[in-house]
Amino acid sequence: MSTKEQELTKGAAFLIEDIAPEKVFTPEDFSKEHQMIAETTRQFVEGEVVPNAERLEHQDWELTVQLLHKAGELGLLAADIPEEYDGLGVDKVSSALITEYMTRGGSFALSHGAHVGIGTLPIVYFGNEEQRKKYLPKLATGEWIAAYALTEPGSGSDALGAKTVAKLSEDGKYWILNGTKQFITNSAFADVFVVYAKIDGEKFSAFIVERTFPGVSTGVEEKKMGIKASSTRQLILEDAKVPVENLLGEPGKGHVIAFNILNIGRYKLAVGCVGGMKGALEVAVKYAKERKQFKQPIANFPLIQQKIANMNIKAFVTESMVYRSTGDIDKQLDSLGDHIDGRTAAKAIEEYALECSVGKVYASEALDYVVDETVQIFGGAGFIQDYPAERMYRDARINRIFEGTNEINRLIIPATLLRKAMKGELALLQAAQGLQQELLGALPMVDESELLGAEKHMLAMAKKIFLFVGGSAVQKYMQKLEEEQEILANLADIVIEIYAMESAIARTLKAMEAGKDAENKVDMVKVYVPEAFVRIEGYAREILAAMEEGDALRTQLAVLRKLTRFQPVNSKELKRRIAARVIEAEKYQA
Amino acid sequence: MNILVCLKQTFDTEERIVIENGKIKEDGVKFVINPYDEYAVEEAIRLRDDLGGQVTVITVGPERAEEALRTALAMGADEAILADDPALFGDEYTAAKVLAAIVKQREFDLIIAGNQAVDDGSGQVAVRLAEELGIPHVSTLTKLEVNGNQVVAHRDAEGDEEIVEASLPLLVTAQQGLNEPRYPSLIGIRKANKKPLTKVTLADLGLSLEDIEARTEITETFLPAPKTAGQILSGDLADQVKELVSALKTKDKVVG
Repeated sequence: MSTKEQELTKGAAFLIEDIAPEKVFTPEDFSKEHQMIAETTRQFVEGEVVPNAERLEHQDWELTVQLLHKAGELGLLAADIPEEYDGLGVDKVSSALITEYMTRGGSFALSHGAHVGIGTLPIVYFGNEEQRKKYLPKLATGEWIAAYALTEPGSGSDALGAKTVAKLSEDGKYWILNGTKQFITNSAFADVFVVYAKIDGEKFSAFIVERTFPGVSTGVEEKKMGIKASSTRQLILEDAKVPVENLLGEPGKGHVIAFNILNIGRYKLAVGCVGGMKGALEVAVKYAKERKQFKQPIANFPLIQQKIANMNIKAFVTESMVYRSTGDIDKQLDSLGDHIDGRTAAKAIEEYALECSVGKVYASEALDYVVDETVQIFGGAGFIQDYPAERMYRDARINRIFEGTNEINRLIIPATLLRKAMKGELALLQAAQGLQQELLGALPMVDESELLGAEKHMLAMAKKIFLFVGGSAVQKYMQKLEEEQEILANLADIVIEIYAMESAIARTLKAMEAGKDAENKVDMVKVYVPEAFVRIEGYAREILAAMEEGDALRTQLAVLRKLTRFQPVNSKELKRRIAARVIEAEKYQA
Repeated sequence: MNILVCLKQTFDTEERIVIENGKIKEDGVKFVINPYDEYAVEEAIRLRDDLGGQVTVITVGPERAEEALRTALAMGADEAILADDPALFGDEYTAAKVLAAIVKQREFDLIIAGNQAVDDGSGQVAVRLAEELGIPHVSTLTKLEVNGNQVVAHRDAEGDEEIVEASLPLLVTAQQGLNEPRYPSLIGIRKANKKPLTKVTLADLGLSLEDIEARTEITETFLPAPKTAGQILSGDLADQVKELVSALKTKDKVVG
């Protein structure tokens, strides 16, 4: 096929291959156009959303809809919609940047995100020609607002356990839907809902349901912990009459739509978390410079600086991960040519399902860490609603829950790997076998002459640790591994940290090779990689101890020790340097 | 109607100024279209949309200034000219000479520029350009109406409003309040990449270095002294006055 295809990195391949930095997309690779799109989003948010934050937080839906229209005029709703349906059809990096910058306006970003993401994308990817023509141009401008209705009171993570039923009417002209959908974002004002229901209680399928169809209503507004500027209600379907042509995709294939849309939802969520982290860091640093105790700004104190450095590093690592995945998705889509149908596009994105889950878990937990430390830096004021830290703290929490809880996503990671291995898409088992041989001999040493040699060595060892403990677990439990959720979650955490380390290292090396100033990046990698490496060792030890005991365990631990030797760095000093740069700039520093 | 807009790329107004080795540090700084020039771009686009014609944006500045031109194109301008030849850089005198040379190669009815740049704030370049071209100018506009060849311009005259009538060709400068500049839309951004952007050099403009040699020299660049704490005088009123007068004379030397 084309040369483009040869350059593609396969999903999850990073676990068994060395990924060359030049193959990794990084924020330093943003084009001028990307930057301008980010800037327009920033201006829109600062000019239109932020000044209205208070009204939005008090659920002025009319204003929310007005702002969505304005966003539509600027093209901020049209990024993922193809040009033939009045969209812009820009790349996923552009659309990710819009998502990232939108979060600076608080939870209005959720109204925007639900509309352009899970609301609109099922029609983009799975709608037929008539459905796309009818709905997409209106969704591109914001004339109509979209929502997505999958969850039910009785089915959250177990999405396929939905109880909503669709039955064909006697005249064969309508699907009659009955059931209740729960926690539906944008439900107060959405015009179009993508609704999942089981045809005859069996075939899980998706439908496009308009608000004005008979039998469609919404419940009362939920009183949420955070993201209050977004609307969340039940969608109630009582003999709702949905024209037969509004079945989305094939009957009984709703799960294909649901899972594909979740993949996209996940990487978009991760990108949103990056924006949230940068926003929180900015207010935290500014506050730390203003707030004086013991006759000096608290930013002068090393323990505050340590927090600032940690927050900046988390944001950097997450940003490196999510734009790497987004870049991979773009390359995959690019390789398929200009006019690909939606299903092919969704399939291309599915290639990186593992990366989407990895990003989702990491980003949501990184954001929670960052907002928690933001509250801490604000001290007592962090607990008071007049200051921004309090809202950020509450708003962040939902990210670990929706788009698949982090627990579900952790389980998805090893499951996806095993599936890829079984289908022969990933030579995981071969790699694990190869490792057995390698472990008998002498392991490679750190190459001090290389750029970031020590960190690259730790990354290589981390991959071996994963193969070692993962391989042992598969051997021991075989088919029953599924029941060992604790071990699976530990394996997922190792995968996540490997992707995190590698993304940060690759981004830094790429910047250095391009002759860019990468001093701060190098410092961050030198801090982060050993910290992650120690965590990986911990997860591995926990897995081994759960599987073996006595001599067998001691032997396994001896192997692990062989893989985990490293020389610690003076991270105290490095963090002070990183913090100094962030404090000077008063914002996130890559 | 052919409208030319002169703009300058400046520091974002929220950037902090750092001086290193006697020069303002530009690393990692965010640059924007000078806010007053943004009004000029917006006004030109609105006039073009009403009356037809073409908007050309022009800047003298380093390569990075291309971003400012692209932003103007994304807002809706039709064409851009970038004078990024370092031989063309100098002071306000130089900039006006260079712009005049560019403008003379083109047809125009109206030139719009910002009232001043937020970086050095000289407010000279546009009016010097009018002088070079031998056309009238009206500065600090808050409202502009064009009817055929006739122009009615409302200008901010130190807080008062003056209404001035003039005829084309004309140069005007924009004051805050003239309009609310739009954000470049995504479709505008995509189109901007395909719009023509021409770079010009000293030779292209038929200028020689002597023609445009700067008439001023920057001898020192420094930040304002940090603000020191104020002093509250106390005691008998007459004593306070005495103390104040003496402080004004000796401490700050504001009165001789």
